[in-house]
Amino acid sequence: MDDAPMIRVRGLAVGFDGEPILRDLDFDVRRGEVFAILGGSGCGKSTLLRHLIGLDEPIAGSIEVEGHAGQRLRFDRPPPYGVMFQSGALFGSATLEENVSLPLQRWTDLPPAAVSAVARGRLRMVGLGGFENHLPAEVSGGMKKRAGIARALALEPRLLFLDEPSAGLDPVTAAGVDQLIATLRDRLGVTVVLVTHELPSIFAVVDRCIVLDRDAHRIVAAGDPRALRDAAEDPRVHDFFHRKGGVRVG
Amino acid sequence: MADLHSIDVVADGQGTRLALAGDLSLQHGAALWRDLRQALARSGPIRIDLSGVERVDGGAACMLLDLRAQRERGGAATEITGGGEGVMRLLELYGCPSGQACYKEAPACEPVLEQLGRMTVAAMRDAQRELDFVGGLLRSAVAAVRAPATVYWQSLGSLMERAGADAFPIATIIGFLLGLVLALQSSALLSTYGTDVLVADLVGLTVAKELGPLMTAIVVAGRSGAAYSAELGSMKVNEEIDALRVLGQDPLRFLVFPRVVALAAMMPLLTLWTDLMAMVGGMVGAVVKLDVTAFLYWHEMARNMDLADVFGGVFKSVFFGVAVALVACQRGLATREGAVGVGRSTTSAVVTSLLVLVLIDAVFAWVYSMVGM
Repeated sequence: MDDAPMIRVRGLAVGFDGEPILRDLDFDVRRGEVFAILGGSGCGKSTLLRHLIGLDEPIAGSIEVEGHAGQRLRFDRPPPYGVMFQSGALFGSATLEENVSLPLQRWTDLPPAAVSAVARGRLRMVGLGGFENHLPAEVSGGMKKRAGIARALALEPRLLFLDEPSAGLDPVTAAGVDQLIATLRDRLGVTVVLVTHELPSIFAVVDRCIVLDRDAHRIVAAGDPRALRDAAEDPRVHDFFHRKGGVRVG
Repeated sequence: MADLHSIDVVADGQGTRLALAGDLSLQHGAALWRDLRQALARSGPIRIDLSGVERVDGGAACMLLDLRAQRERGGAATEITGGGEGVMRLLELYGCPSGQACYKEAPACEPVLEQLGRMTVAAMRDAQRELDFVGGLLRSAVAAVRAPATVYWQSLGSLMERAGADAFPIATIIGFLLGLVLALQSSALLSTYGTDVLVADLVGLTVAKELGPLMTAIVVAGRSGAAYSAELGSMKVNEEIDALRVLGQDPLRFLVFPRVVALAAMMPLLTLWTDLMAMVGGMVGAVVKLDVTAFLYWHEMARNMDLADVFGGVFKSVFFGVAVALVACQRGLATREGAVGVGRSTTSAVVTSLLVLVLIDAVFAWVYSMVGM
């Protein structure tokens, strides 16, 4: 695994209207690893993801992707990475194949038959062969997520952001999505950054992680999730990995 | 952009061998697709030799496998050989699992007769759903009368504000311009016959009996009707309607009744306001364009109009309001299929409302003519 970071984050503060909800964030995402942003509900995981993607502007600090300063998304060049949103965010009026074809039509000079071939191949790769002509409303939640991953992979990105890829799925389907993420890393060499709080998925596929805390507004732990589970002394981290907590009184 | 791949075609005793070499990537996908299609267009068995391929990405693998599948569907043997371990693993990843269809062809265009049949069945189901809705509403109405506290009246105030008070600005503009246009359009003909003052009767009667209520109802259908449909449609899609049901709340009493009452209550007020603004607009047009003073305009209008003209229109507007609310709520509650469904319901609500408004207006015109109004 190449140690040169795919993403380098230094002194990052993110939030809304100039009010940081996370600050002093420093971390690297290495090439070819599955990196997870962890934490309880409301700790700012998805907000941080939006900043890494370039949908929102940081309050302070820097984000470098492959050595280049992170920028807001632009519409005059292909996106430098693929993104799958929490629900798949498929366009409801388009079939799965048309959804996956969209970035190919916009950013490649492939003829329609080739676009179709690539889109069908991507769907096949995520296990949706035979569902090309289905509308998103006609497939299950897990299939929507898979189709979202296929669309994110359409332009052959080396970096993939996944927001809650296995949330809300039954254990078998969630395990299938985890397996797909592992395949992307192991066989396609894709670097995956994912936001999740699904412990089975974390232990199944994540190489390294950071744990965010809502009250501390920062990273409270970083490293291999299995090591953190077994050895973390910070009670917030311990509670997260051992599903303890609830309302603290006093 | 220079192509990074090459394809050599070699005919040997076992058929044709395509020797691919270089870098097969999506980045040069257009040229790769063109060259592969050309090479694979040959008849007879073909072996695709990948031993010279240095790198292949997912996009290129998809194209190669798709073209092979097309050939095989045509009955031509096509074999991929010679790739390194990485290349063959990638092809396996994008390949078709054995025993499964590689992909489904897009469905062929449906014959006209089948389309007609499907549309007829859909229309009948639609009619059945509407009857179900009306039946359920009547049943709920009876229950609501017996137990008024079970209706969610707390929302009534804000619904009336949104449908009524918030619509006054647009009713003002539309009413004023309606009257102004009527006066201006009729001015040439009236002045030709020296009957300028009749503009007051024309504007007053037309607006009070017909255009005022109808235009107000159209504005309400576009504004509140669309909003109700989209709102209930989103609630349906987000399972909020189901949540109401499992909480023991009847969605008709909780959501539909307050909306029907809000529109039934606000429509007469909006109609009266639109009528008044149209008459003011007509007066401005008459004073500017015709030999009529403001006093003469109002005097003439008061002389030839009576309250029955105004309240005939206002009475009709209550039915318009009820119809718009019912159609919008029915369409909203019948929403399916996510965001697309919400859009479809909203469009359908507005279009159906307009149709129903014209039908109700025709019925009233007939009834009023029978009673000499």
